[in-house]
Amino acid sequence: MRKILLEGLLRRPVTDASPQPDDAELAALAARIDVAARRRLGRSLAIREVDAGSCNGCELEINALQNAVYDLEHYGLRFVASPRHADVLLVTGPVTKNMRTALERTYTAIPAPKFVIAVGDCAVSGGLFANSYACVGPVSAVLPVALTIPGCPPTPHALLKGLLTLLLG
Amino acid sequence: MTPLADHIDLTSAVPNHAPWPRVVVNAEGWLAVAARLGDGGWTLLGLWADGGRVHMALADDNAPPAVAVVSLDAEDGAYPSVGRLHPPALRLERALRDLSGLQPVGLPDPRPWLDHGAWGIGSPLAAIAGEPAPAGYDFLPVEGEDLHEIPVGPVHAGIIEPGHFRFTVDGETVVRLEERLGYTHKGLESLLAGSTLEHAARLAGRASGDATVAYALAFARAAEAACGVTPPPRAVWLRALMAELERMANHLGDIGAICNDAAFAIIHAHFGVLREHVLRAAAVCFGHRLMMDRVVPGGVAVDLNADGEAALRGLLREIRRRLPQLAELYDTTASLQDRTVRTGFVDPALARRFGCGGHVGRASGRDFDARRDLPYPPYDRLRFTTALRTDGDVNARVWVRLHEADQSFALIDQILTGLPAGAIHAPVAPVANGEGMAMVESFRGDVLAWLRLDAAGHVARCHLRDPSCFQWPLLETAIEGNIVADFPLCNKSFNCSYSGQDL
Ligand code: SF4
Repeated sequence: MRKILLEGLLRRPVTDASPQPDDAELAALAARIDVAARRRLGRSLAIREVDAGSCNGCELEINALQNAVYDLEHYGLRFVASPRHADVLLVTGPVTKNMRTALERTYTAIPAPKFVIAVGDCAVSGGLFANSYACVGPVSAVLPVALTIPGCPPTPHALLKGLLTLLLG
Repeated sequence: MTPLADHIDLTSAVPNHAPWPRVVVNAEGWLAVAARLGDGGWTLLGLWADGGRVHMALADDNAPPAVAVVSLDAEDGAYPSVGRLHPPALRLERALRDLSGLQPVGLPDPRPWLDHGAWGIGSPLAAIAGEPAPAGYDFLPVEGEDLHEIPVGPVHAGIIEPGHFRFTVDGETVVRLEERLGYTHKGLESLLAGSTLEHAARLAGRASGDATVAYALAFARAAEAACGVTPPPRAVWLRALMAELERMANHLGDIGAICNDAAFAIIHAHFGVLREHVLRAAAVCFGHRLMMDRVVPGGVAVDLNADGEAALRGLLREIRRRLPQLAELYDTTASLQDRTVRTGFVDPALARRFGCGGHVGRASGRDFDARRDLPYPPYDRLRFTTALRTDGDVNARVWVRLHEADQSFALIDQILTGLPAGAIHAPVAPVANGEGMAMVESFRGDVLAWLRLDAAGHVARCHLRDPSCFQWPLLETAIEGNIVADFPLCNKSFNCSYSGQDL
């Protein structure tokens, strides 16, 4: 163990440089988002993630944000266990009908002001599951969505860019 | 173990089912098979309905293992329950009934499974939709003075899939866990029906995202079996390359996460970085970090170029240096082993009875790996070993996973050395009414894919069975007698798929 710790001290950090959010994305978001609410939240956001029926691919990449390479926390972003502590609700999956109530309840439990981000093609549009008897479809059919991050699944880089857009917006 | 051929008339197999025989039986024959499963004579691989017909896939684990499918026409929408004689079939039959409307007569647990009463219809796979299940669910009753219940989920504290766990505890000790799943049911099999092979392959690759390569491969192999197509050698080797990258990435990520659940952050951090390297190499090679939609019927969609090969060589160097170091750290940290040793024990007898695959089975004495026991190319040309233990605890599953990650490393090395040149795709002309089946070893265990094509060559019915179907029930037994705080550890050491079992 000592050797591994020592190596860690001597090596360069493995963390990547920060991505820059696209200006177009920023402008589009600014038009939609409640700027006053955004200000009140400051430069740090607590995120609660809910899988509303994803294939778990999106979860893999969201989890990857927490590894040392992306190191989400150094941006002031962190995942929290309770919706009561959250500012942002990150939703994946085509909102299965079996998960709809749980998703709505989680949203209700988050104190205002709050933002919903739909992550992945399923959450953005229903994806390949859009026409299923078992799915509601996009998250926007259930909750007010402030930001969408498409991709199947979105890469950690795309996720970071999206989240930073919200932070700087 | 009894040879299949002694009990099932394999000579009467239907002509259009490949590569294993499918035999139509009557109710008596069906019950005889169910009884033999119950006696432990054979292993149940899957159970599903196609219209008014039920199919059951089974294996006899003799060397060499043999596989067959038996089929029964349900009379008046009912057939004799297999779960009555063989408990591993219980949830499969509850799901089958929810989706197809066929009634398993004598099923000991009549509660709905996937249908939570929210779809607005019932029996979505049946020609005529039925009534939805009532909302609400009766958990099994528990009695006892000092017991109390802890309901958890479907939304969990971490970034994981949704499902409900009902713990009954006596003080700190879990006396029973009951799972309620189905929250991620997306109607995948209904979407598969009527699809072209290309579209269906994309759907199958989203049954469980962490095993997307394995699912796409299982689907492609079933489709190729139905259509009598052999993909070119280079494609077959590239598929194995992707499958081993996926296996390695998952094991590395999970081992780290298990250690994290035991509050040992440094291993988690290092395995997280290693996993990231695997995914980045995959992205360089195949243009997608999880390699979704890269395995297609007929071959693969992307070829490996020099850049990809260089990325893989770099990855192998990194793994060769880091993996033994981290394995040693795991091995020599007593405080970590204190949490993993003798925690979450899975009885080998249960692992065998449930036909439990993957690291859960191999850590509890069930020596089965589809790559070796139902061999598909190129694994018949590659050298690898499988780990087998009987201690069945979290620690055993960690070691089996470490061994597998190490073997994937060795396999990738061999594939890079022996990769044949040539085409990466062969055209697949759908064969009307063809039927095919495949078993593919995912990082989690064996995935089963079965499909039947219609007269136009579209998918008429496709059934996918996740390895988790036979692992989830054993998680309920593994936590018994452990403390509540060890549940995350047990759960992560299994890492069952919610999406794969809910479909
Ligand atoms: S967007 Fe893709 S990766 Fe994400 S849940 Fe949907 S199918 Fe899975």
